[in-house]
Amino acid sequence: MNYLGVLMGAILLTAPVYAASADQRGTGDLGIVVERAAGRIQIFDSSQRTKLASVSELGDLSHASAVFSRDARYAYVFGRDGGLSKVDLLTGNLEKRVAQAGNSIGGAISQDGKLVAVSNYEPGGVRVFDAGTLEPLADIPTGSKVVGLVDAPDQRFVFSLYDLGEIWLVDMSVPAAPKITKYPNIGQNPYDALITPDGRYYVAGLFGEDGMALLDLWHPDKGVRRILDGYGRGEEPLPVYKMPHLEGVAIAGKNAFLPAVGRHEILVVDMDNDWQEVGRIPVHGQAVFAVARPDGRQIWVNFAHPANDTVQVIDAATLKVVHSIQPGPAVLHLEFTPRGEQVWISVRDADRVDVYDTRSMALLGSLPADKPSGIFMTARAHRIGY
Amino acid sequence: MSLVFLACGASFGAEPPTPVRQTELMTLLKHDCGSCHGLTMKGGLGPPLLPDTLTGKDDQELARIILDGVPGKPMPPWRFELQPEEARWLVDRLREGLK
Repeated sequence: MNYLGVLMGAILLTAPVYAASADQRGTGDLGIVVERAAGRIQIFDSSQRTKLASVSELGDLSHASAVFSRDARYAYVFGRDGGLSKVDLLTGNLEKRVAQAGNSIGGAISQDGKLVAVSNYEPGGVRVFDAGTLEPLADIPTGSKVVGLVDAPDQRFVFSLYDLGEIWLVDMSVPAAPKITKYPNIGQNPYDALITPDGRYYVAGLFGEDGMALLDLWHPDKGVRRILDGYGRGEEPLPVYKMPHLEGVAIAGKNAFLPAVGRHEILVVDMDNDWQEVGRIPVHGQAVFAVARPDGRQIWVNFAHPANDTVQVIDAATLKVVHSIQPGPAVLHLEFTPRGEQVWISVRDADRVDVYDTRSMALLGSLPADKPSGIFMTARAHRIGY
Repeated sequence: MSLVFLACGASFGAEPPTPVRQTELMTLLKHDCGSCHGLTMKGGLGPPLLPDTLTGKDDQELARIILDGVPGKPMPPWRFELQPEEARWLVDRLREGLK
């Protein structure tokens, strides 16, 4: 105790930089909303439910997404126009921006937080940057549009090739010399992919076929295999007005909840039983996102045009839709607060982000936002696959 | 939303859509078409639809693709909420380029 007291005194005396000031704050309850048409993001505080700053001049943010630095201070924003922007959430400064490709779709941050990877449509491939400086470190051309880029344990990235039907697993232990393992013939037109929260399974959704492609990262030598083969039972799929997004896919216990392409259904598969289908849940439209509340009890689903004014909630225990709400026109994205007591919902054509209580389903409030799309909270900084 | 479209979408002949409908169509073009073709039509999972890339392609054919989609490809048919003349009007907007 005496020793501790002396130590504390010494720290206070010799390290005034650590003294608290009114300006200092953590970032654990911060997040960003993409205002896609304006090329701008808002930084918000989810505890106070207030906007803290706007950061503009981020380019074409249609289909923009973001990852966070390991210290959860910086957001890396991936724009459609190939722009990669690093934003300081505390100061609201655009720290650095690079135009790294002509047309890109998303990105990921490495396990150690030191590498930021961007998946590109034009030129097709993945480029890897130093997370601190955004200096380029590696270029991985693929000859195809790249989708479903995620980080994986052991300092790896995994992604899929839309035009070629392949999955690539890349070990980035030596950033200048990526070690690539290619898995060809996984199926037609993978459009997006997910990695399970434990980092073990990578699953690519296929547009051109009824089924999904599974890679077990505990046993990458066993290759990619097909799951949910023929889930459409040969029926003609409905036209798809918006591709499902598989990132943040709902995992509740041993079950995964996957949007079925071209159907008004969520497929439920048992991950412990070889990813066999255990049920399908009829829903309001074609699902775009199916995301689990962090505790896994609820799965929240939004839908493609023209059913995109509605959000439904599935109970993970009964596999039934237990709530339907209509936040407003064009619900684009949902994000839970870190422990899931609230969900934040972007309602694009109402120019609002709505905040709901996930227990009572009450609308707690709204934030104005200009054509909001993606909502990203800093809790993602510490989760695999975000 | 589709009900609104249907209710407003009953224009006939070559008359341009009403101003209200034009606003709706531009929202559809930017945000719904844009989710695959890019907000500025420079391409995404779907091909670019910039004036240059449409050069040499037939108006009727482009309108038909909007209405009927492309079988075997992700491009869906939009006939359920677009009138033929509205599809033609959208082709004209694409030829002009967005903003």
